[in-house]
Amino acid sequence: MRGEFFINGRREVFDFDSKKTLLRVLRENGYTEVRNGCETGECGACVVLLEGIPVNSCQVLAASVVGKKITTIKGLNDGKENGELHPVERAFVDAGAVQCGFCTPGKVLVSYALLKKNPDPTREEILTALDGNLCRCTGYTHTVESVKLAARYLKGYSEEGRDE
Amino acid sequence: MSNSRYDCIGESVEKIDAASLVSARDRFTDDFELKDPLYGVFLYSDIPHGEIEEIDASEAKEVPGVRLILDYRNTPSTLFTTAGQGFPEPSPYDSRLFDRRVRFVGDRVALVAAETEDAARLAVRKIRVKYREFPAVFDYERAMDPDTPRLHTDDEHPAIPVAYLPDKNIAAQLDIGFGDVEKGFKEADFIVDNTYRVHYGSHCAMEPHSALCYFDSRGRFVIVSTTQVPFHVRRIVSRVLEIPLGKIRVIKPRIGGGFGGKQEILLEPYVALISLRTGRSAKITLSRKEVFVSGRTRHPMRVRMKMGVKRDGTITALFMDALMNNGAYGSHGLTVLSNTGSKVLPLFNKIENVRFSGKTVYTNLPVGGAYRGYGATQGYFAFNQQLDIISRKLGVDMPEYCKKWHIKAGETSGIFKALGEGKEGVSQIIKSCRLSECIDVGVEKIGWKDRRGKHLKTKDGWAVGVGMSISMQGSGIPLIDMASAYMKMNEDGSFNLFSGATEIGQGSDTVLSQIAAETLKVPVDKIIILSSDTDVTPFDTGAYASSTTYVSGTAVLRCAENMKREIIEVASLMLGIGKDQLSLEGGSVVSRDGKSVTYSDICNYAMYEANQRQIQAYASAVMPESPPPFIAQFAEVAVDPETGRVKPLKFVSVVDCGNVLNPKLAKGQIDGAVVNGISYALTEEYIFDSHGRMVNSSFGNYKIFTAPDIPEIETLFVDSYEETGPYGAKSVGEIGINGPAPAIANAIFDAVGVRMYETPFTPERVYKKIVEVGGNSEGSEGGGE
Repeated sequence: MRGEFFINGRREVFDFDSKKTLLRVLRENGYTEVRNGCETGECGACVVLLEGIPVNSCQVLAASVVGKKITTIKGLNDGKENGELHPVERAFVDAGAVQCGFCTPGKVLVSYALLKKNPDPTREEILTALDGNLCRCTGYTHTVESVKLAARYLKGYSEEGRDE
Repeated sequence: MSNSRYDCIGESVEKIDAASLVSARDRFTDDFELKDPLYGVFLYSDIPHGEIEEIDASEAKEVPGVRLILDYRNTPSTLFTTAGQGFPEPSPYDSRLFDRRVRFVGDRVALVAAETEDAARLAVRKIRVKYREFPAVFDYERAMDPDTPRLHTDDEHPAIPVAYLPDKNIAAQLDIGFGDVEKGFKEADFIVDNTYRVHYGSHCAMEPHSALCYFDSRGRFVIVSTTQVPFHVRRIVSRVLEIPLGKIRVIKPRIGGGFGGKQEILLEPYVALISLRTGRSAKITLSRKEVFVSGRTRHPMRVRMKMGVKRDGTITALFMDALMNNGAYGSHGLTVLSNTGSKVLPLFNKIENVRFSGKTVYTNLPVGGAYRGYGATQGYFAFNQQLDIISRKLGVDMPEYCKKWHIKAGETSGIFKALGEGKEGVSQIIKSCRLSECIDVGVEKIGWKDRRGKHLKTKDGWAVGVGMSISMQGSGIPLIDMASAYMKMNEDGSFNLFSGATEIGQGSDTVLSQIAAETLKVPVDKIIILSSDTDVTPFDTGAYASSTTYVSGTAVLRCAENMKREIIEVASLMLGIGKDQLSLEGGSVVSRDGKSVTYSDICNYAMYEANQRQIQAYASAVMPESPPPFIAQFAEVAVDPETGRVKPLKFVSVVDCGNVLNPKLAKGQIDGAVVNGISYALTEEYIFDSHGRMVNSSFGNYKIFTAPDIPEIETLFVDSYEETGPYGAKSVGEIGINGPAPAIANAIFDAVGVRMYETPFTPERVYKKIVEVGGNSEGSEGGGE
């Protein structure tokens, strides 16, 4: 089937098999920043924002979200490739929460969505939000610190015009 | 040793790929786009043991898009080991690309290559296989019994002269020691003799295994792979497929975690074979389920430990007997077994009578392999519970008992010489050991004195206890692991550093850059590192055996020192000042009398003015010893006596890894290993049905810890300096995983008086033990005589 999507603020039209998940369709069309860690909705590596809400893209049929706004990690920086980081990304780096980096974009997107809704989350709220994002490298010891730091960095950071 | 004399060593320099990883501008293997690749999908055996009588692929061939179907009938039958080890590999050559015989549910039967992954999957389902089934063996403790089936034959063989007895299902065996243990046991006042069991575990690197192959413009094979061992991949693919080594290039891109699971040649020969047969590029990416079942695992092990003890605490004799389950193939079978002895027994080096015997056996179950800790984790589970039992019997405090008897700087152990990587080891004297200090700090941080034996309760009535564990690891394999580095200088005073070492997420690119930057007195951003591309970088054995900082780091240090000599030589010519008068400072060469010339000027001078040349340097390193890092780890747990549930409350690790080159990255190694270890001790478990089929091969059913599960975690480093290491460093990658299981087991005993001889400590197991003890809070200890 054919469908249009608004990915990172850009209109895209894909021809795709209606049985395919959003994860597969995105990766097959070059959005390889969306990572496949389990394909059973249990690891959180493939998180994208669907109309601003984090979802495991491996659990969403592409056909069911035609016409919707989708944000991948690259959408946080408006597709800039020059090394600039979004404040939430910067916070994860500064907190030392990046080792292999495979799971990190998913965690960043979940944290971003949390902070959008709740600019000053408690420790418990942070842990609950990130419960679905598995990581084997870091031991999660920087999770709370990263998100708290991100909350601080976001204060005064203007996101006007961001389209998600 | 203070770090203040360094510019960037000891600083938490930002991981140089952190920004590109967090924003996903870097690529993992599966992110590479190939032009019209063929996708490979495996068909696996659904029986545990048997022989293929017939493969009917006629229907599969008809699936549109199918281009190639491979099985044992049309592929090379070369015997090899999937273990990505140095040559000659100490693991037995007992594997083929495909075999007529299948040995576990998940063994490879065929591979379909098709224009799309969906087509390949569909075709796999249409292949009909008829098997002649054989009886299977699932209980590794019965694998050597005369009436159990045998998995391998005499065709299979080791690559080095070691014992290999397929007629007994034995993949490897060892028996070493010194003194006279029987005499030692007679001298003891009491004997502590217990048997411990540790279970299967999956590495659970977030990135599943993936490999692809394409042709470069000259028709050479370019393999991109999720590997910890790019140079071993090149060698093994060359041998198995009979492709000249020079026609293969292996590139390691970003790797999404390894932990040993990617020290295995699982996919590379297959993508190369598809390309060889079809002239097309090819790609295989495993599903999570395939990683669980057909990837590699932690070897389950039964460890019996018998120790004779005098009332003054002297251990008169120690006998350790290990039985290791390798599953269907013998990957890392000899060396993980060796490590169970060689990484554990030297820690208590004053025992005069020691014997270590071990056997690795085949079963019709998933295959063991390298896994962070590599046998030490299994051995320390037994050893640290023995120490807990002994100190309780002696009525002494375990931290004090450990401090008295552990190996100290200036001492050695007979084990170093007696036991190496499947052969004799290398004798060494410990030059740095601050384990006593680690224990003291840990005792303080966990609040040992206020909690140990105090039978505290949480407000919900859960019993609280504390336990501890000590351990050591190594830093590379002495006289075997080799690393090398090459550097060239650029016109702006920056340097390209080419290292064979393999960054897999642990941060080696950053730490190696720090070593080069420190030596050349430049900021880290002046070092442009490129690692592990077999066409570009010099050789390195790979990211395993806790070797990268110590061995590869030494290669980089030597290379940078050679570079320094080259720079000074040119500067001496330019300034007309003797080399002995010159030193490096802030990107310039300066003389004692205040003259200076910048790196940029030096490089331009060499390139364009006089005695023209590229300023460059190289070096290799093979280390004569393997200085152990040391760790003391402490767990505080709460146990619900009503349900047997164990909740970790706090976990403290205090580490001597020599001088800490990058505190944030070093802490990341320990924290990650600790949480992996806690999760393995409490919730992770392979569950098999009666046919040896893993029934919980998903993250939903194989529970690894997530953020809300973790206890309070504290990781500290004591001041230490290893004189043989680069800038005083020892290793830190593996050691952190050794302590959680025994420290938690000892804490459970402290809380509820039950001894957990078997992992994982699920509520069912703990509850059953509590019922057995019947509420006797002093508990029961086995093994007394």
